[in-house]
Amino acid sequence: MPAKILVVDDEVAIRRLLRNTLERAGYDIVEAGNARDALAVAAAQLPSAILLDLGLPDRDGLAMIPLLRRNADTIVLVVSARDATDEKVAALDLGADDFVTKPFDTDELLARLRVALRHRGLSGTTSKVVCKGDLTIDIDKRLVCRGGEELHLTRKEHDVLAVLARHIGRVVTHERIIAAAWGGDEDPRIEYLRIVVRNLRQKLEAPGPIGSVIANELGIGYRLRADT
Amino acid sequence: MPASGDARPDPDALLRHAAQEGRGRLKIFLGAAPGVGKTYEMLSEGMSRKRDGSDVVVGVVETHGRAETEALIRGHDIVARRVVPYEGRNLHEMDLDAVLQRNPRLVLVDELAHTNAPGSRHPKRYQDVEELLDAGIDVYSTINIQHVESLNDIVASFTRIRVRETVPDRILESAEIEVVDIPPDELIERLKAGKVYLPQEATRALSHFFSKSNLSALRELALRRAAQAVDVQMLEHVRATGLGGTWAGSDRIVVAVSELPGADGLVRAAKRVADALRGPWTALFIETPRTAGFSDVQHQRIAATMTLATQLGGTIATVPATSVVDGIQSFVTDARATQLVVGKSKRSRWFELRHGSVVDRLVRGTPGVTVHVVPVEGEAAKGEWVRQRSRGWGAPSGYALTLAGIGGVTALASALFHVLNLGNVALLYLLPVMVAASLYGLRTGLFAGLASSLAYNFFFLPPVGTLSVANPENLISVIMLLGVAFATSQLTSRVRAQADLAAASARTNATLAGFLRQVTSVNETDQAAQMICDDVKRLFGVQVVLLAPCVGTGLEIEAASDPGYRLDTMDQAAATWAFDTGTATGKGSGTLAASEWLFQPLKAGDRVLAVLGVARDAGGDPIRADQLPLLAGLTDQAALVLERLRLQAEMRDVDVVRTRDRLRAALLSSVSHDLRTPLTAVIAAANELDHGATPALIGTIKGEAARLNRFVANLLDMARVEAGALRLNIEAVDLSDAVTSASHDARRALEGHELRLDVPPDLPLVRADPQLLHHCLLNLLDNAGRYGDPGTEIVIEGRHRYGEIRLAVLDNGPGLPPGHEAEVFETFRRLEGSDRAIGGTGLGLAIVKAFAEAMGMAVEAGNRAEGQGATFALVFPSPLIVRDVAPESVT
Repeated sequence: MPAKILVVDDEVAIRRLLRNTLERAGYDIVEAGNARDALAVAAAQLPSAILLDLGLPDRDGLAMIPLLRRNADTIVLVVSARDATDEKVAALDLGADDFVTKPFDTDELLARLRVALRHRGLSGTTSKVVCKGDLTIDIDKRLVCRGGEELHLTRKEHDVLAVLARHIGRVVTHERIIAAAWGGDEDPRIEYLRIVVRNLRQKLEAPGPIGSVIANELGIGYRLRADT
Repeated sequence: MPASGDARPDPDALLRHAAQEGRGRLKIFLGAAPGVGKTYEMLSEGMSRKRDGSDVVVGVVETHGRAETEALIRGHDIVARRVVPYEGRNLHEMDLDAVLQRNPRLVLVDELAHTNAPGSRHPKRYQDVEELLDAGIDVYSTINIQHVESLNDIVASFTRIRVRETVPDRILESAEIEVVDIPPDELIERLKAGKVYLPQEATRALSHFFSKSNLSALRELALRRAAQAVDVQMLEHVRATGLGGTWAGSDRIVVAVSELPGADGLVRAAKRVADALRGPWTALFIETPRTAGFSDVQHQRIAATMTLATQLGGTIATVPATSVVDGIQSFVTDARATQLVVGKSKRSRWFELRHGSVVDRLVRGTPGVTVHVVPVEGEAAKGEWVRQRSRGWGAPSGYALTLAGIGGVTALASALFHVLNLGNVALLYLLPVMVAASLYGLRTGLFAGLASSLAYNFFFLPPVGTLSVANPENLISVIMLLGVAFATSQLTSRVRAQADLAAASARTNATLAGFLRQVTSVNETDQAAQMICDDVKRLFGVQVVLLAPCVGTGLEIEAASDPGYRLDTMDQAAATWAFDTGTATGKGSGTLAASEWLFQPLKAGDRVLAVLGVARDAGGDPIRADQLPLLAGLTDQAALVLERLRLQAEMRDVDVVRTRDRLRAALLSSVSHDLRTPLTAVIAAANELDHGATPALIGTIKGEAARLNRFVANLLDMARVEAGALRLNIEAVDLSDAVTSASHDARRALEGHELRLDVPPDLPLVRADPQLLHHCLLNLLDNAGRYGDPGTEIVIEGRHRYGEIRLAVLDNGPGLPPGHEAEVFETFRRLEGSDRAIGGTGLGLAIVKAFAEAMGMAVEAGNRAEGQGATFALVFPSPLIVRDVAPESVT
């Protein structure tokens, strides 16, 4: 049974475009043009994922996120034309799973959606082995192997990678990573995270363009790229 | 005008006066209306002349059947009237020839304005009278005011009755005029009682004429005309006899005020005198060299006195003179004042013995002027006189130097005594006397004269060594020395007084000039306003505010001598009044004087530009009366300066608007170009899709759409910069991270180029706003992709050197025109040679510069040292570089 996707956008053109794209990818589509309809449809149809535009005519999109997340299994992907980073961070903090900025690349949108659906419900998992290309990350055992060969990571590198691996394919905000890795420290700073990520990349990524394993989301956080 | 100077008799006036000699005298009984009793008055006066023994006859008198008149005429000799037949009626006219033949001393001729019957010698009776006068016969005549030629129009205007019989004014001007006057009410009573003769046919029209208001007006006219005639005659008399005195028709009152307490009482006394005499009055202050030494209290007292005079309806005058008496005398003469009011201060008898009483000298010096001496309350403050005295005595050093001089002369004369005779020695002694008198004043001069004569006497006059004088001739030498001392000191003190006055006026001019020079050098209105405030404060020692109109809120404080002033409602009202009416308002003026401030409008032409307010901390009038002209001068200058600045600002505004319009036009054309080009490409490619999709078409659509997106983002960024709404979100950024993100997002713009990242992985972190930095890098990469030759390599190079990090984007292309590298960052700048095929607003690089500078970085543009192409660099100075990352925190 194809996953059901709710598209919430006040622009008919965007809804039509998304319907085309998503139906071509094999999803089942329902639409809503405003916040009130969206809440009603979400309650009635229980969609697997909701593509939510933040600029709705009758209600602020950010305030919609907690309401739509009442069903814990529903994924909320925020689609926004606004590129203010603090709004994106707020959306993530309010429970959105990921975000896409307009104008978006439909391929990228589909990839995000696919990853989110695949890892639905993983956020609470405590024991997991994550595989990414030839990398195997055993979060619990703090083991990272490339092609069976163990990589030596420092304590902080393990902490940061563990947070990212638990939410593989999804963006994790700087604050959440820092809280997880440096939570007990007196003065956790983003500089530490930058350095650790840089070191991690050197250890994990093959020579070539950086960011192939750990992607940077400007001003928001990092994402451990998932295999698509 | 002194009486002695130019009081020569006027020749024309003398001739006219001579023509009167031998003529008869004319006396006119002037009435406001018929029935006031002119004829009766004339007859009774004629009767009294007759009783005095004059030969009096009646030429013509109309009794109109009134009993009293009939009774009076019976006592007179009457010359029989001539009967002239006219249109079937017999008219009775005065027999002129009979009167001439009778040749009495005085003839009574009623109704001067009468028109004679046709065929008479003169058409008008006044011409008959002139002939009688020419014959040397005195004439008494009567006339009503409405028959006076110059008043004919005025009378007709309110009585609506025009009389045709008029008498030229010159007849009245040569006549003695007696006004026969009764109150209007009484006249109306007489009219009702039938005691006034009116021609039958005019009764109804004339009853309107006899309204009370008409009669009052006519009465006033009559009185005024009489007074005017008196004035004219007196003027004639003054001119003819050359009396330079103070003749005036009506009384003019001058009150001389001083700085002493009680001057206000003097002004009130003058007001009472003026009221009683119904004359104009002037409060006069004489500014002498002594005035410069007045204390503020004294100046304020003068200002208050002058203000009081204005409030009481007087005019004020301040006249510079070397002494009070001279000033008063010349002013009184010039103004032709008749009454002089002066105060008598309670000075000691001793003071008056030495100085002479000012009042005495005034009384003697202004003959013809009534001098009112009003006792003045209050004493001269002791300190004032002490200071006067000490100045009068001269400085002690003057005496010492004088003595030394005399000693020197004595020594010199002793040394030269064998070649000098006694007379020459006396001449030598003149030297110290003159020097002392001219340098130190009268007393020191007299002292020098005395000391010199003593020394001369003692050392040179035989018997030498004693103070006795053997030869009376030598006594004259001593007296001469003293006389010289006196004369010299008098002369020099007068010269010095005048020089002091000149210096004071030069100081005023210098102040104005200095003020103007300073203020005109300023080019900003608020700066000029502040300077005006500071200067006025410095010159007058007052608090100053300058208020200018603001749109919507009325007057606001533009500048103040001390910051933080707030005007209360009363002050604000006074300022607004001054601004609206263009007159001085507030304390010390006649309007809204309850305000603590005095507001002076700054006017340029008819326009009030601003209002200058002055106030004194201690209260009291802000500006002394003698300084008001200086303040007026300053405000005039200040207004001119403000007007000039206002015009300049207007010019500047016009320029700004013009530049803005030009920029807006350029922006519109660029924006429409940059928006339309990619849209055109997208639409064309989408149309082509109907005939089958090709990777080239799809690539075009994607690429152009991305370009459009980039451009819109830039427009939004630029709008944020322009609006000043750039909010920085600075955090530590890994440059390799930033470069990777940027090259990922700019991949479409870089298509056809190979990108090489040359950013060492161990570059320190930098502090930046990741989003803004990202946009900077995107634009630099976009620019490189556009201008780099197709197929060539684009390099991103990071270097940590000399304490700063330099992140550069290098392309292989035409490069930048040498010498114009920096201009590339300006909005709308597309360098010559670079924009042949590639459009653009130049927004991208302008945004790079604006964002980079907002984050504290610098931008650089130039041509590559090796090979062809341009290099654009972001420079992170050392404060932006993150150094202290503790290793234990990241392991």
